[in-house]
Amino acid sequence: MDGRAKVTGQTRFADDVILPRMLHGRLLRSPHPHARIRRIDTTRAAAHPGVHLVLTGRDFPIPYGILPVSHDEHALCPDLVRFVGDPVAAVIARDEAVAAEAVELVEVEYEVLRTFATPADSLTHATPRIHDYGDAGNIHKLVALEFGDVDEAIAGADHVFDDVFFFEGNTHLPLEQHACVAVKDADGKLVLYSSTQTPHYVHRALAKALEMPAAQIRVIATPNGGGFGGKSDPFNHEVVAARAAWLLDRPVKFCLSREEVFYCHRGRHPVLMRFRTGVTKDGQLTGVDLQTLLDGGAYGSYGAASTFYTGALQTVTYQIPRYRFRGCRVFTNKPPCGPKRGHGTPQSRFGQEVQLDKIAERLDRDPADLRLGMVAPADSLTANYLRVGTIGLADCIRTVVDRSDWRTRHRKLPYGHGVGLACSSYLSGAGLPINWNDLPHSGVQLKLDRSGGVTAFCGATEIGQGSDDVLVAIIAEVLGVRPFDVRVVTGDTDLTPVDLGSYSSRVTLMMGNAAIQAAERAREIVAAGVARKLEVPAGRLTFADGRVFDTEDPDRGLTFQEAVCAAEAGHGTIGTTGSYTPPKSAARFKGGGVGPSPTYSYTAAVVDVQVDPETGWITVPRVWIAHDIGRAINPVLARGQVEGSVYMGLGEALMEEQAFRRLPARLSSALVHKFPSLLEYKSLTSLDMPEVITDLIEHPDPAGPFGAKEVGQGPLLPIMPAVANAVYDAVGVRIDEVPVTPEKIVRALAAKAAGKPARVGPSAFPDIDWPDALVVPPPWDGGDGRASNTRPSSGRKADAGIEAVAGVKS
Amino acid sequence: MKTRLTLTVNGERQDLLVEGWKTLLEVLREDLQLTGTKHGCELGECGACAVLVDGEPVLSCLVLSAECGGRVVETVEGLTRDGRLDPLQETFADLGAAQCGYCTPGILMTARALLDRDPAPTRETIREALSGNLCRCTGYNQIFEAVEAAIGRARTRQS
Repeated sequence: MDGRAKVTGQTRFADDVILPRMLHGRLLRSPHPHARIRRIDTTRAAAHPGVHLVLTGRDFPIPYGILPVSHDEHALCPDLVRFVGDPVAAVIARDEAVAAEAVELVEVEYEVLRTFATPADSLTHATPRIHDYGDAGNIHKLVALEFGDVDEAIAGADHVFDDVFFFEGNTHLPLEQHACVAVKDADGKLVLYSSTQTPHYVHRALAKALEMPAAQIRVIATPNGGGFGGKSDPFNHEVVAARAAWLLDRPVKFCLSREEVFYCHRGRHPVLMRFRTGVTKDGQLTGVDLQTLLDGGAYGSYGAASTFYTGALQTVTYQIPRYRFRGCRVFTNKPPCGPKRGHGTPQSRFGQEVQLDKIAERLDRDPADLRLGMVAPADSLTANYLRVGTIGLADCIRTVVDRSDWRTRHRKLPYGHGVGLACSSYLSGAGLPINWNDLPHSGVQLKLDRSGGVTAFCGATEIGQGSDDVLVAIIAEVLGVRPFDVRVVTGDTDLTPVDLGSYSSRVTLMMGNAAIQAAERAREIVAAGVARKLEVPAGRLTFADGRVFDTEDPDRGLTFQEAVCAAEAGHGTIGTTGSYTPPKSAARFKGGGVGPSPTYSYTAAVVDVQVDPETGWITVPRVWIAHDIGRAINPVLARGQVEGSVYMGLGEALMEEQAFRRLPARLSSALVHKFPSLLEYKSLTSLDMPEVITDLIEHPDPAGPFGAKEVGQGPLLPIMPAVANAVYDAVGVRIDEVPVTPEKIVRALAAKAAGKPARVGPSAFPDIDWPDALVVPPPWDGGDGRASNTRPSSGRKADAGIEAVAGVKS
Repeated sequence: MKTRLTLTVNGERQDLLVEGWKTLLEVLREDLQLTGTKHGCELGECGACAVLVDGEPVLSCLVLSAECGGRVVETVEGLTRDGRLDPLQETFADLGAAQCGYCTPGILMTARALLDRDPAPTRETIREALSGNLCRCTGYNQIFEAVEAAIGRARTRQS
């Protein structure tokens, strides 16, 4: 429905907002990864012709952040800079060129501090601390949860697999650079237009950071030119623009450069992980013991939730009777990591699915059959108290096996050619809100007027995933009108009821359910009016094809417009609301708030690879993917989400890296981004994209609107492990790392030729001083979702840490 | 120092005074407020700013406006003629080729130039022609399909 705007250039992105008297801002960013600001002198910048305002950290004393447990960001750094790119000053000027000139005139004197470049640095050295909060030294978050006696389960297994994997960080790379325009409106209230996925959270952050009543702030989410999770935090430039517009009483625009987008980041955490898994000889898992170490970068962002997510969803795909998860997130002096498509779960999904491939190999089982033998049952609780509803995973596996001729290909193709299989699952919306409360997660308001038009208001944000289309389609379906007769107003904190935002694959399910409720309530009002006018019982009326008619005598009816008028005459002005709150989670232990969802999507994929054994060069001719979507509300857009996920997953699998290097000593030895540019940060082009054979598996789930589940994130997850498994099938080497690059394949082949293990990957997981685990007996051990040791006896600061995160959900 | 620039944009003659350092992208977006043309890097890396100059696709972020004097520039705003969408616009909207829509104007213009040159390109030719236009949403396949579908819906383009 917004397709026309997008193809005519009429979609108004944030940088397309041009207002009279608008000024332009630039940020000065730190050249040091870790330093104390000794002195800032803005005199020369302020005196530069065309400059209207210079701001520094002194102007922003109040910290903010996306999660309540980590309000650790300032719009401009007041004392410490924590990564190359951390903003320290801002200039507002006549135009961008003047602002860029003047920002270089701000003089900053730094005292350089020790740089923490790797998690090993941060685990080893507790000082200087990057932040003055966290579980210990430079450890941000420690989590330890145990569901049943895992050591016993692994000791009693026929086989024990112990593997260490590494997943390199990568970034969202939305094609639109972040931009915003702030303005004091005619009533003297603050308005911010911004390319944000989460206007509600930006609204909250502005109110806090600027010490303004939220009711006097309006945040309008402009359509996002791609988000993928990268526009889900409140950002420095948004807060700076808002304050500057307020002080100057003129519109102020910021549009970040591509380089700055790499510094905003909030992308995929680099994760080192260790999976110890017990397996019976007939291929059942007895227990999984998972440890993860996340390189969080310089700020909290969503990191506390990301840490939990690395261990949350292992259990919803396969039966794991006993499970232990320990996660650690450290601060380092790099751009902050956060939520990227799949948020925290793709890394450990990679490890789990590659390990399953190794298990199948050792047990001499087909990897598809091994998985089919352990699929989690429908309508069940997992060991960690996640509620599985419908599960189409087995259908997904069987579909890709059939479509790819898996059984005639796997282990049967010539050397250099291989296929790999992997599966995944993802949330259809997080079960708990970021700011813990009992309020609805999504609200929809409907207005029906005498023109026969319907307007839907909802805080949901269009980021290219098609949420506006889904909203229109659902309302049109319930009211029996043409989609073209429905207008939507979305992502505006003044005009629309709150929807928490476009993250955690929540919009179709939550907004959709709210929309159904609002539309059904409107239908009831209209039906009452029509029933009165036609003297037909309301229960006998059908809404279809733009008419409301007697089901038993279809000729007897009114047009939708006449029906609305009849209803308005009797009822008065017609407006309805609908809201959605997810069901209560079965988990009642601290930390159990991350992972619950109204329902989970499932995916299976087979990736076909060709590997040149000389060069290690990998080509991917095709991918077969099947996704359990419950029901596809818009099959064209759903396929687009699946194939866009395959595309992004292949980028992560093969080439995308948010990597860092040291500048030469003669410069500063500073730890800098290796290649903050679109040219050198490699992503797939049209020449690299394989053929994708997509199947949507539709078993409507009662939790979803018309049975729908998520589709935006889950299909990305199986791609990375399927590529690694296919490379093994092709040339017999294990690349236990993402990305899987030609260089690593050549290295593994050389090791193999030299009689060494045919593998490239991390060799060890560091010793981490884990706190005592919170012990939660699984349902089949008589558990009720509570921990049996609410206060671990010898836990260091673990208890406080987990307690703090009880209110943190994403 | 501003200099005079005269050029034709989407069939309309424009007579402007612009700073000599401005790129064609900046003149289009800022001086003419034709914001349909996007930017993703301003370094010639993403293809989002592609427009046609004398019928050839160029990256407008790399072209100095001063080089465009007397030339004919076409942007996404000019694709719609007589109230009718270009076949490419129709197929992109219908077939899921535009998700967020940010790379779309650049891809539409590049594809338009391709079809003007080669009315029935193969999939490989389409891939090749669009290889300088990054898209982070779609995975490209629905874009290829939309270009192919537009071949079928081709109509004579008035220029």
